[in-house]
Amino acid sequence: MLLAVAEFVIIISPLFLVGLISKVKALWGGRRGAPVVQPYFDFLKLMGKGEIISTVTSPVFRIAPSVGIAATLFALFILPVPVLGSVFHFEGDFVLFAYLLGMAKFVMVLAALDTGSSFEGIGASREVTYSTIVETAFFVVIGSLALLTSHFSFETIFASVNMVAGYSPLVKILLLASLFIMLLAEGSRVPVDDPNTHLELTMIHEVMVLDYSGPDLAFIQYTVSLKMTIIAILMADLLVPSSTPPIPALGLFAVIVVSVFLLVGAVESLIARSRISHIPQFLFLMTTFSLTAFAVAAFFLFGGVK
Amino acid sequence: MSWLEVVNLQAVPVADIPVLPMDELRRDTIEKIRNGQRLALFFGERTSAGTVVYSIIADDSASRLHIASSNLRDGMKFTSMTPEVSSAYLFERELYEEFQIEPVGHPWLKPLRHGIPGIDEREKQYGFFRMEGEEVHEVGVGPIHAGIIEPGHFRFSCHEEKVYQLEIKLGFQHRGVENLFVTNGSHPIYLEKLAESVAGDTVIGHAGGFIRGIESLSDVKVPRKAKLIRTVALELERIAVHLGDLSALSGDVAYLTGNSVFGALRTKVINTTMAICGNRFGRGMMKTGGVGFDVTPDLARKILGMTDRLDEEAGLAAEVLFSSASVLERFEKTGVVSKETATAIGMVGPAARASGVAVDVRTDHPFGGFEFLPVHKLTLPGGDVFARAYIRYVEIRQSIKIIKEQLGGLTDGEIRQTPSALRPKSLVVSLTEGWRGEIAYIIITDDDGKIRRVKVKDPSFNNWFALSLAVRDEGISDFPLCNKSFDLSYCGFDL
Repeated sequence: MLLAVAEFVIIISPLFLVGLISKVKALWGGRRGAPVVQPYFDFLKLMGKGEIISTVTSPVFRIAPSVGIAATLFALFILPVPVLGSVFHFEGDFVLFAYLLGMAKFVMVLAALDTGSSFEGIGASREVTYSTIVETAFFVVIGSLALLTSHFSFETIFASVNMVAGYSPLVKILLLASLFIMLLAEGSRVPVDDPNTHLELTMIHEVMVLDYSGPDLAFIQYTVSLKMTIIAILMADLLVPSSTPPIPALGLFAVIVVSVFLLVGAVESLIARSRISHIPQFLFLMTTFSLTAFAVAAFFLFGGVK
Repeated sequence: MSWLEVVNLQAVPVADIPVLPMDELRRDTIEKIRNGQRLALFFGERTSAGTVVYSIIADDSASRLHIASSNLRDGMKFTSMTPEVSSAYLFERELYEEFQIEPVGHPWLKPLRHGIPGIDEREKQYGFFRMEGEEVHEVGVGPIHAGIIEPGHFRFSCHEEKVYQLEIKLGFQHRGVENLFVTNGSHPIYLEKLAESVAGDTVIGHAGGFIRGIESLSDVKVPRKAKLIRTVALELERIAVHLGDLSALSGDVAYLTGNSVFGALRTKVINTTMAICGNRFGRGMMKTGGVGFDVTPDLARKILGMTDRLDEEAGLAAEVLFSSASVLERFEKTGVVSKETATAIGMVGPAARASGVAVDVRTDHPFGGFEFLPVHKLTLPGGDVFARAYIRYVEIRQSIKIIKEQLGGLTDGEIRQTPSALRPKSLVVSLTEGWRGEIAYIIITDDDGKIRRVKVKDPSFNNWFALSLAVRDEGISDFPLCNKSFDLSYCGFDL
């Protein structure tokens, strides 16, 4: 029951969290900014609009946003809520999790190519290039956790990750840094992408969805924010001790997720967006962190300081 | 035959301008430019017998302008200068479009703005540059853009993310400005308003350029006070736009702090302009014979107070912007235009000075308040986006100093003289350093002292080609940043 309530709150909160980022940026820039719930108004506005669909597109273009939102929601249900566990879980579920996120991205790339626009082609090419880096690194992150806990399901991994002996803080810090970079990349945030720009040539995610309007666009915007929330939940899973009673655990969980988004807002306020050709360098930082975490975990488990 | 030598804003009888055979005009022009002078203008005027082509060469180090002309009958051709003188490239295309005089041997002859009358574009294609090859792709941007931007078409030939060639097609906002000056010549107020709207972001610069030209033709003596007020207005415009550009450059690299701070500072400056003339962009400020609005000692103190605070605040903001590693990563070594290229294609204004070319009309051909108080030319060596951003900051500081000097010289007195009739059959060259660079107005009067021909040249005309060259071999995603670092006018080009 508690899990159902938690999942419901998670499903409705991503837009609020994105509003939070905008609020932080506005305050930093000396403006009052739009209300935190503005993304909900935008969502409702888009849901009430009609759609214009390019005549040169195939059904792929039509179904992509729905497939994207469905796959991402499914991925959310595999991910455990701290202490409460997940809706679906089985051995190796994190592989399905990664591929569900991958599928959501894949259909969007297909849809972008489907429009035949040169802009969207560029965007798709960039998205795929950076995904190859991020997805690989994500498997190393999960691999490190599996190695550390000897479990192969999200729920059991996170149930035991906080039980493992004292060396885990180092691994955890590296994994958290890794996940934060993943969040910036997958959520199309600065320094990887600039969600506020109107300059098509510099965009990655935004340019892929140029042809969408109405409810489909609302779905896409929701999917992106949900994806960011999912990664923030992964970070919270790593941090909330599994022995905490449910109510304080959920409180801590909420605080962590909100802090992650505040941090994203702070990063966006403080640094400029990276040059496109330098973004892989930034993403390889994620690879570096996760490989280091993996090495540390392996070292202690197999070699070990006796 | 020697060319006529004049200074900026010196009206001369048209009859005094030497008429050379076209070959000689061409040869002399090429020779002068080889000797380090600059092609300021190369334009035509339709006459009953054909077309008169004028060549105006600026000798910046001597503060002189050289003028000569040549008569061409309809259907005549001439040998193109472009292979020898790159800066003639657009001027010759313009001549070809307006008067159908073909420059033979021009490397890339095609229409410039509105197309050639009588030639159907569907039959004779514009002829974009094309690159062939596997995995080569073309990206066309515009003329309709996202956001509120003027229309222009940019066609990139790319391989992966790298731009090999950018072709810029403009002309979507052609309004026939030069013609409007002539057809409405009898309404002085209309003309001032028209000059203000040639490029909406350079109100003081364009109106000032035109009005000074008219004044030189009409012997009206502009009061000293008016000249000082005009200079203050011009520099306020420069500061405001430069601040806006720094804000926009920060925005283009998603650097929030610079974006908000410089944007806020700009508001203070344009509000000061509003305090003088009631319009934030300086409309109504410039009047033939003087200025429309007085600067009282009280107002002068207010302006000085604003500039003092601005000096400090802009300094702080610039320190943050230009020391931020993530910003420098984007600005440095992006969109480099070398000094050789800048000189060859005849760049002007801050963009040229950022490439190390020392051209500044305020120093080279002083006008208005700059006759009393000279300005130092500032240059930077880099030629990249950083240099074009930093030169703006340096010029903001310089303009603040100029405003202080000019306001210091303010005395009681008249601010406006009544304009008088224009001298017949005369020509004047009026050069102005707008915030974007050299604005040129050529005004020619007929037998009755009516305006017969106005030639306008916005600095964008010189600099658009530099943008094409700047993005070569750059990533396509850096184009918007390069574009903003030049911040060129579409309507100023389209006329």
